Amino acid sequence: MRVLLPMPVLLPLIGAGASILVGRSRTLQRVISLSVLTAMVGLSIAIIVAVDDDGVVSTQAGDWYAPVGITLVADRLSAIMLVAATVALLLVNLYAIGQPGAERSHVGFQSVYLVLAAGVAAAFLTGDMFNLFVAIEMMLTASYVLITLGGTLERVRSGMTYVVISLVASALFLVALAFLYASTGTMNMADMAGQVAQLPSGLQAALAGLLLVVFGIKAGLFPLFFWLPDSYPTAPTPVTAIFAGLLTKVGMYAIIRTQTLLFPDVLPTWLLMTLAGLTMVVGVLGAIAQDDVKRILSFLIISSIGYMLMGLALFTVAGIAAVIVYVVHQIVLKTALFLTGGLIQQTGGSTRLSQLGNMATTAPMIAALFFVAASSLAGIPPMSGFAAKFALLDSVAAEAQWWILGVAVLTALLTLFSVAKLWIGVFWAPATEPTENADRAGTRGRRPPWMMVAPTIVLVSASVVLGVLAGPLYRYAERAAADLLDPTHYTNVVLAEGGTP
Amino acid sequence: MSVLMAATAAGLFALGTYLLLQRKLSRVIIGLGLLSHGANVLLVNSGRRGLPAIIGTADPLEFADPMPQALVLTAIVISFGTTALLLALAYRSWLLTEDDEVADDIEDRLIASTGYTDLEVSDVRLLSDEAEDSLDRQPRKSSRPESI
Repeated sequence: MRVLLPMPVLLPLIGAGASILVGRSRTLQRVISLSVLTAMVGLSIAIIVAVDDDGVVSTQAGDWYAPVGITLVADRLSAIMLVAATVALLLVNLYAIGQPGAERSHVGFQSVYLVLAAGVAAAFLTGDMFNLFVAIEMMLTASYVLITLGGTLERVRSGMTYVVISLVASALFLVALAFLYASTGTMNMADMAGQVAQLPSGLQAALAGLLLVVFGIKAGLFPLFFWLPDSYPTAPTPVTAIFAGLLTKVGMYAIIRTQTLLFPDVLPTWLLMTLAGLTMVVGVLGAIAQDDVKRILSFLIISSIGYMLMGLALFTVAGIAAVIVYVVHQIVLKTALFLTGGLIQQTGGSTRLSQLGNMATTAPMIAALFFVAASSLAGIPPMSGFAAKFALLDSVAAEAQWWILGVAVLTALLTLFSVAKLWIGVFWAPATEPTENADRAGTRGRRPPWMMVAPTIVLVSASVVLGVLAGPLYRYAERAAADLLDPTHYTNVVLAEGGTP
Repeated sequence: MSVLMAATAAGLFALGTYLLLQRKLSRVIIGLGLLSHGANVLLVNSGRRGLPAIIGTADPLEFADPMPQALVLTAIVISFGTTALLLALAYRSWLLTEDDEVADDIEDRLIASTGYTDLEVSDVRLLSDEAEDSLDRQPRKSSRPESI
């Protein structure tokens, strides 16, 4: 089992190298990418099975003992995140292969995509603060390339904002690491957890706050989200979809990990709750104001990040379990929604609501996919979104945080409103005459290739299956949350790992 | 950490932040470089000071902590790579627009222009066609560099 742990990081990196070597043959590149990503799905399922038996699995790369060696560790939270992420990565890659444009015309796409996959896997599996930094940098560097793919003016403009903001966040992350190392003398998270507890409470709060800002920028928390809806929509659809599904969630994972393992109950609940409430409301209001499918969805990402922070701020098993269910649901669903958005763009020739219309009759398949995904996002009962949101609201009600409960319910209603606006604009409104430019009009009415439709169908049905399996998923999440709130087993396993000094 | 080092890091952060707030991309990139230098100075100072950590040259208890040095090397390499990428982007932007000013988000401007018009949101007029005409009569001040 311990041999398997480094594999989800190593395999895609080897694949990325091989992918460059066979750059002349797009077919070989695709074979490499798809087999590596499939292997990653298999590995992460093997890891989640093993982790659910033992609780925590850990290994030391290079066989150095724990606080010194490079720790890789999987607990129940990282295992479920890894499964959701690898499934999304595989399906989005299939979609990218099917889509004319993004993947076909760029030699580096598959290679960079695999580096992104390696970065995401490393971020989930690392047990070391500095390696978390390296993993996030690896993921972000790959994302810089993907977001500016093709180098058109629009992409360079929006990519620039994204790169600059991410680099500022990275510099702040380094500062936080310097302070953490200076005060604890270790980078190993399990070791650090014990050391941080002995620090003065003011220093603890400062460190926790600094890390919250760093990961808040990556996740898109309230005052720090402005870059997200600005930069995501201009990238090619598969890229936006994988960013929407994974990158902000990696930030959220890092917030959950650091705030539960290193700084339990250090930041005041009212602060986290206020941030969560503002993130939810501002995100959804932004979505209502927009007139572009991808931008509406981008603002809804922010709103969903607010829900996650709300659950985390409770610091109860029920709250964190609900957050885990919600994160998994969001990874699948946001990816599915953006892929559907890409299908709308492919068929309708635009993503602007004012230029789309009547797709319920011209493209009933896309309408059905969008309807299922959107009702899940809005939290309509049989869907996974309902189960996840209900678990969250239930845990908030159990702690009697009434005002945030009100904000969350209001946000859910406004989400329904913005999704309804999208639905009416794209599928019901009378079709507008293709004005704009000729080349946009030329792409109208083109049927998307089945390679684009099939992965979308799989992801949308996966989000429905998550709703059906909400019971077992929630019980798993409860076990994961109990581990997070009582990390003694985690630290024991990591620090007890043998190895030669 | 000595006061001098802390002051150096603080100075680098101040300069970096100032440059980051400029609209010219070239300045933003230099600002980012200074910012990451500041972070690196902090990181390298986060360990114990002492003699070079080479086994056999001195008592291990007098060694400087080698860990932050290893970390800072990694950080430098990462910031080197990303700076190169940013420079390439800036060059691309300059090729496309002959300007390295970071542009406004057009969609945001469109959203702003749909509501009530505000005198302060004067950039909005750039979007409408009449504004294009008025631009011809009243040439916009170009902040293009004279020669590059």
